Amino acid sequence: MSNPTKERGIVHYYLRSTSGIVGAVLLFVMIAVSLASLFKITPHDPLYQDIENLLKPPSNTFWFGTDNFGRDVFSRTIDGMRRSLTVSITAVSIATVVGVTLGVIAGYIGGWFDQFVARVSDVLFSFPAILLALAIVASLGNDWYDTAFAIAIVYTPIFVRVARGPVLSVKEMDYVKAARILGYSTPRIIRQHIFPNVTAPVIVQIALSLSWAILTESGLSFLGLGTQPPNASLGLMVAEAQPIAAFAWWNLAFPSIFITIVVVGLNLVGDGLRDALDPARRSS
Amino acid sequence: MLRRLYRLPGIARLVSILSTLFGISVFVFFMLRVIPGNTITAAFGIETGMLTEEQLADLRVYYGIDKPLIAQYFSWITSFLTGNMGYSYSTGVPISTLTKMALPVTIEVAIIGTVLGVLMGVSVGMFSARKPGSIRDFSGQLFGLLALAIPGFVLSTTIVTLMANKFKYFPNAFEYKAPWQDLWMNAQQMLFPGLVLGIAVAAPVMRTTRSAILETADKDFVRTAYGKGVPAKRVRFRHVLRNSLIPIVTMTGIQFGYLLGGAVIVEKIFAMPGMGRQIVDAIEKREYATVQSSVMVFAIMFVLINVITDVIYRRIDPRIK
Repeated sequence: MSNPTKERGIVHYYLRSTSGIVGAVLLFVMIAVSLASLFKITPHDPLYQDIENLLKPPSNTFWFGTDNFGRDVFSRTIDGMRRSLTVSITAVSIATVVGVTLGVIAGYIGGWFDQFVARVSDVLFSFPAILLALAIVASLGNDWYDTAFAIAIVYTPIFVRVARGPVLSVKEMDYVKAARILGYSTPRIIRQHIFPNVTAPVIVQIALSLSWAILTESGLSFLGLGTQPPNASLGLMVAEAQPIAAFAWWNLAFPSIFITIVVVGLNLVGDGLRDALDPARRSS
Repeated sequence: MLRRLYRLPGIARLVSILSTLFGISVFVFFMLRVIPGNTITAAFGIETGMLTEEQLADLRVYYGIDKPLIAQYFSWITSFLTGNMGYSYSTGVPISTLTKMALPVTIEVAIIGTVLGVLMGVSVGMFSARKPGSIRDFSGQLFGLLALAIPGFVLSTTIVTLMANKFKYFPNAFEYKAPWQDLWMNAQQMLFPGLVLGIAVAAPVMRTTRSAILETADKDFVRTAYGKGVPAKRVRFRHVLRNSLIPIVTMTGIQFGYLLGGAVIVEKIFAMPGMGRQIVDAIEKREYATVQSSVMVFAIMFVLINVITDVIYRRIDPRIK
């Protein structure tokens, strides 16, 4: 049931929002840069300790300077960005799939299952994210997939809520009732008539959750509960920079700027998507 | 009978609060049971391998982990409710004593952070909403965006570096003083952590204030107020701001809760002996009894804040019954 004019419409409306464009550009640069790290084409090896170049300020060889082990801060920053993005994208993907599935099914079926899912997500929701992630990581471990899993648990309830809401209002509408009377199977009704109502809010939520996931991930590694040394992660780099930042500012500044840019980018993209996907906002 | 009882004012609310707390306690308890190893390996470390089977069995009885999980849960939750939270392995101090010292620190920094955050957020929001689309609106929104995106630990680390090294003013380097010990010192020590938490609160409060004010400013009664010659300043505060308060209070309540999470990181950086640092230290030392009870204390605070927000609502909006 794809509708080409409508799909073109969304891109068109997205491009009308300045913040959406700025956000997309920032995000694109950050993703491109972390792809460089994925394919190992960083200017230096992020783990290589160049003993002759300790704490060098930014220069042509070391764009963002070096740290107290002589490691290249630029290479480490983009390597850390890749790690943060990997953890956050994995976590939000799991949270989206699990949360949306549970939310749609619970909302459509109703009854005790719905009550149960709603209560459990209320419980998880009524808790500061970083604290919950902290407790989960404490019991799981420090590998990147442990962090991703912890963040996934924390953000699943948000997707349950976002998906369940529209389902509850749509399932009593006449066209859904008609589909039921026509004898369509439940999976078919959910797929064709219920699910399309959920996609818009879920897409916006993905962008926002990614930005929170990056903040949570870097917060965890800042506390020493995420990525472990000598590997680089943006949060860990900030923590490692703390004792040397007074005389080697570049160790603190660049990882911090990168986190801020990616979070700003994701928030702007979220705003742009919300305006583009919400017909009521298009006119303004 | 039960149904009628349920309809009494406040009862439904109470049931929902209690079931949330029950859910959190179950979650926290069973999650920490997933950890490989147990209380014995946590207490004895690698020496556990040298214990005989008999000694292990005795220790299991001693720590009460020979019983089924359900029984363990009930024994934990009943002693927690009677104020016995267990003991810290490394120091032998009761966790309730640690919590009694740590809780006021976290509550104080959270309240200061919220107050600063609301002051900043509402004033920037009003500043922005005066002329939507103008440069001042843009700079206000930029503030909101950056306050949202710069993580608390980056801000804290920057403040520590700048204040301690460049300006040689860093009250948090001294031993923490409670307000009743040394009020002036305490105020100085609360300044930076409160500011960092405040900025995190200010961002969403600013956004909410801006959109609530823009919405209210369009209403007929505002035009009427201007039309009958009420001074502009008075209209902005008495008519517009007052009628925009409900979403602002809601957002503040939500943020106050999340600020407890931010307190974990800020307390650690500024070396404040609060609940957040207690949890992080306990995780580092693998003291799960402390983690479990402290997380539960956080959960109770969080739920209480929601109740307080609810009460404030009813005060500012008589329409909510």
